[in-house]
Amino acid sequence: MKLKLKIWRQKNANDKGKLVDYDIDGVSGDMSFLEMLDVLNTQLIEKGEEPVAFDHDCREGICGTCSLFINGEAHGPDRLVTTCQLHMRKFNDGDTIYIEPFRAKAFPVVKDLVVDRSAFDRIQHAGGYISVNTSGNTQDANAIPINKEHADKAFDAATCIGCGACVATCKNSSAMLFVSAKVSQFALLPQGKVEAKQRVLNMVEQMDKEGFGNCTNTGACEVECPKGISLENIARMNREYLAASFTSNT
Amino acid sequence: MTVLNSRVPEGPLADKWTNHKNKINLVNPANKRLIDVIVVGTGLAGGSAAATLAELGYNVKAFCYQDSPRRAHSIAAQGGINAAKNYQGDGDSTYRLFYDTVKGGDYRSREENVYRLAEVSANIIDQCVAQGVPFARDYGGLLDNRSFGGVLVSRTFYAKGQTGQQLLLGCYSAMNRQIARGKIAMYNRHEMMELVIVDGKARGIIARNLVTGEIERHSAHAVVIASGGYGNVFYLSTNAMGSNVSAAWKVHKKGAFFANPCFTQIHPTCIPVSGDHQSKLTLMSESLRNDGRIWVPKKMEDVKAIREGRLKPTQIAEEDRDYYLERRYPAFGNLVPRDVASRAAKERCDAGYGVNATGEAVYLDFASAIQRYGKEQAHIHGLDENDKDLVKKLGTEVVKSKYGNLFQMYEKIVDQNPYETPMMIYPAVHYTMGGVWVDYNLMTTIPGLYAIGEANFSDHGANRLGASALMQGLADGYFVLPYTIGDYLSADIRTGKIPTNLPEFDAAENAVKEQINGFVNNKGSKSVDYFHKRLGKVMWDKVGMARNAEGLKQAIEEIRAIREEFWKDVRVPGAANEYNEELAKAGRVADFLELGELFAIDALHREESCGGHFREEYQTAEGEALRRPEFQYVAAWEYTGNPGEAIMHKEPLEYKNIEVKERSYK
Ligand SMILES: Cc1cc2nc3c(=O)[nH]c(=O)nc-3n(C[C@H](O)[C@H](O)[C@H](O)COP(=O)(O)OP(=O)(O)OC[C@H]3O[C@@H](n4cnc5c(N)ncnc54)[C@H](O)[C@@H]3O)c2cc1C
Ligand code: SF4
Ligand code: FES
Repeated sequence: MKLKLKIWRQKNANDKGKLVDYDIDGVSGDMSFLEMLDVLNTQLIEKGEEPVAFDHDCREGICGTCSLFINGEAHGPDRLVTTCQLHMRKFNDGDTIYIEPFRAKAFPVVKDLVVDRSAFDRIQHAGGYISVNTSGNTQDANAIPINKEHADKAFDAATCIGCGACVATCKNSSAMLFVSAKVSQFALLPQGKVEAKQRVLNMVEQMDKEGFGNCTNTGACEVECPKGISLENIARMNREYLAASFTSNT
Repeated sequence: MTVLNSRVPEGPLADKWTNHKNKINLVNPANKRLIDVIVVGTGLAGGSAAATLAELGYNVKAFCYQDSPRRAHSIAAQGGINAAKNYQGDGDSTYRLFYDTVKGGDYRSREENVYRLAEVSANIIDQCVAQGVPFARDYGGLLDNRSFGGVLVSRTFYAKGQTGQQLLLGCYSAMNRQIARGKIAMYNRHEMMELVIVDGKARGIIARNLVTGEIERHSAHAVVIASGGYGNVFYLSTNAMGSNVSAAWKVHKKGAFFANPCFTQIHPTCIPVSGDHQSKLTLMSESLRNDGRIWVPKKMEDVKAIREGRLKPTQIAEEDRDYYLERRYPAFGNLVPRDVASRAAKERCDAGYGVNATGEAVYLDFASAIQRYGKEQAHIHGLDENDKDLVKKLGTEVVKSKYGNLFQMYEKIVDQNPYETPMMIYPAVHYTMGGVWVDYNLMTTIPGLYAIGEANFSDHGANRLGASALMQGLADGYFVLPYTIGDYLSADIRTGKIPTNLPEFDAAENAVKEQINGFVNNKGSKSVDYFHKRLGKVMWDKVGMARNAEGLKQAIEEIRAIREEFWKDVRVPGAANEYNEELAKAGRVADFLELGELFAIDALHREESCGGHFREEYQTAEGEALRRPEFQYVAAWEYTGNPGEAIMHKEPLEYKNIEVKERSYK
């Protein structure tokens, strides 16, 4: 395949940045999208130009490092995959592909396609944990049976990889899907219930501080989420938040 | 050559750890506040260690090269974590887990460390559940288990095919709690470049901020290396793109011995290579061997027809299939250990029975499992067990619930539906049992420098059993290191902060800057990857699944030549003081090019076959690994200025609680 790439190049956070055209040939359908960019980068390096910076690590859809807004969609046209799992067989010979970073006020660009998602970490610092010491002096793992349905739902919520596609997709740059996934995971488990109120209040407060927008229930996040995190989690978080706001005296 | 002292405590095996804990020095809580510890790496090992040390009161500085600790490569672990809980009542015990691990490692691990690992394993599960790790459960609400290779009990806890993710997020949450308390200072997108030794003790590191390019000095009273494995020396492996040996190699060059580098695990079930563009290989979890059956056609004409697309695997009759693991190893069948399964796949493919265009693939087939589960479900629900479509539908649902994400991953990569046609798999480099040598306290040969998780050589001998790496990482980080490090740090309560303006910091920083400037000013013509790929090919062809003296000698020469060319001709675009991935990669590949040589030297010296190390000269008449008693030791290498001149030190291995036998899975 022969392709025309229009790639966002931006030297650093202060640079304005622009789309730059690249032609690439000999792309096979079995290549992953990032392998296609590897080929381009090798060519650029050998020509003495600077390669395109993009984030990636595991290349199997689990670490959440890769990003990219491809032809206007977070993680590209395929569903339930990350960019590193997207394969070139989803494109056709002669296609023009726009490749841009995940954009949001809370995700400033570091370089080219690399963005800073540390706002997500700070939301987790605010309450994304159960306050148990790691001494091992806990009760036996089977002491509290957990209803399978709740356990499975908690697991589904916990599969969020923290990639930020939900934010990049949302017209308001809301982080509700991401935050609600963590809140739900713990709210569904008996171990997490103890601190549930404080957790939701703290995490939401930090989310607002980081400059993420409000949720207006458009649901675009769920569509683009590579892990299929459900909007049900947002509804659950809203319930948790309301309940906590009414009863909390802090 | 000296004989190494592993500092194993006295007493009967089962009491050693408890006795040791009772005797070692402690640091009182007020004094812990005066002590700083650096942890390099935030995977299961580093993340759990950082959280626990911080909780105990030490001031922790943690480093990772990713943009968040949650992205460490432990996140990718799929299948599960072992623990001797015996929830299934199938005869499991601490001793049995210990026994399986030592045997699985082909009697090349330290008995006492493995026993301790088995002993603390049960606690890990308790801990993780308390942290909110959503392990799989049965309908009664209790924890579920599955089986992994090389064992006859079900002791593996799992969270679908995302066990590593869930465990790592558990560590990450424990870290977050300490970050919020100000007890962990987290340095994301930072790479450790050098170790700083002051008066013979590890006292700090030099790190590069990967965003700004700034070179930073960090001091501490002790340094912990938890930087993961070095499988990427093969270029293609199941490791993440950034996984590297650099932190471990840098400490090796400063005096830490590197043990058994040639003990590397080639995992039997990975997606085969599809072309030259390939950047990494994807694992299909070993848990799939619980239900998948591995086979190739019996007849060469069928192989040809399949390769030419004239025949589909589903069209081959049962009697024309060679389920070679079930044939050769009836007792363990598809669940033999990884080294055995990988070699058996290679044997069939070398004999010409590989089922894809490159001839390097075998089938992993779920059709029987779908049938079996489908019938069971039909029976449970009182439906017609002979309705083929219904049985298939019900069976598919069960398989989907167990392995759904793995099947999806396979389909995305290969573009075939594994519910309908068997998966194609081939062995790939996956895990490194070798690593930085540590004693019973997990301290390296440099005082105050510790190594934990995959970065150390520790508990898996010559072959690691599935679901044991996660167990080891968390055991080291939550339950072992936090105790043993106190013994060392108790001498440091009056030391005060370690200043970073010492001449040792100057020297280390200058060395780092010199290397970086060398790279960005080198006017070479080839990319870093070009050299990395060449190194990988030599490693795979000559230091891979089967090795011989001739090939290893050639590999050593070839690696030296690539290394020389690399320094002359590598091209690193961009500048030192900015985000520059090529620069980061160049430093990592430079270290791989040195490690690769030591790896081959170690493989050449070890004139026996054991676990993942298979020397063609040493095999039984049936083609199984031939272990030799004279090699019952750990080879720990000391750096003396050049990997080719490393000096070997031995740690003899004694088995007082297990009889050393020929490993048989028949
Ligand atoms: C695909 C896959 C599946 C697996 N499945 C299983 C399984 O089911 N069960 C099982 O038991 N094991 C499994 N394993 C093995 C297991 O996941 C690993 O051995 C284990 O997670 C390693 O943990 P770790 O903490 O030692 O290192 P890692 O998780 O690799 O973490 C390394 C850390 O070090 C940091 N780092 C590295 N170099 C530097 C540097 N120079 N400077 C700063 N920081 C650095 C990284 O940023 C990272 O934080 C699997 C492995 C793979 C690859
Ligand atoms: S909710 Fe989905 S899209 Fe958002 S961070 Fe998590 S995995 Fe990514
Ligand atoms: S690189 Fe890890 S999810 Fe894409």
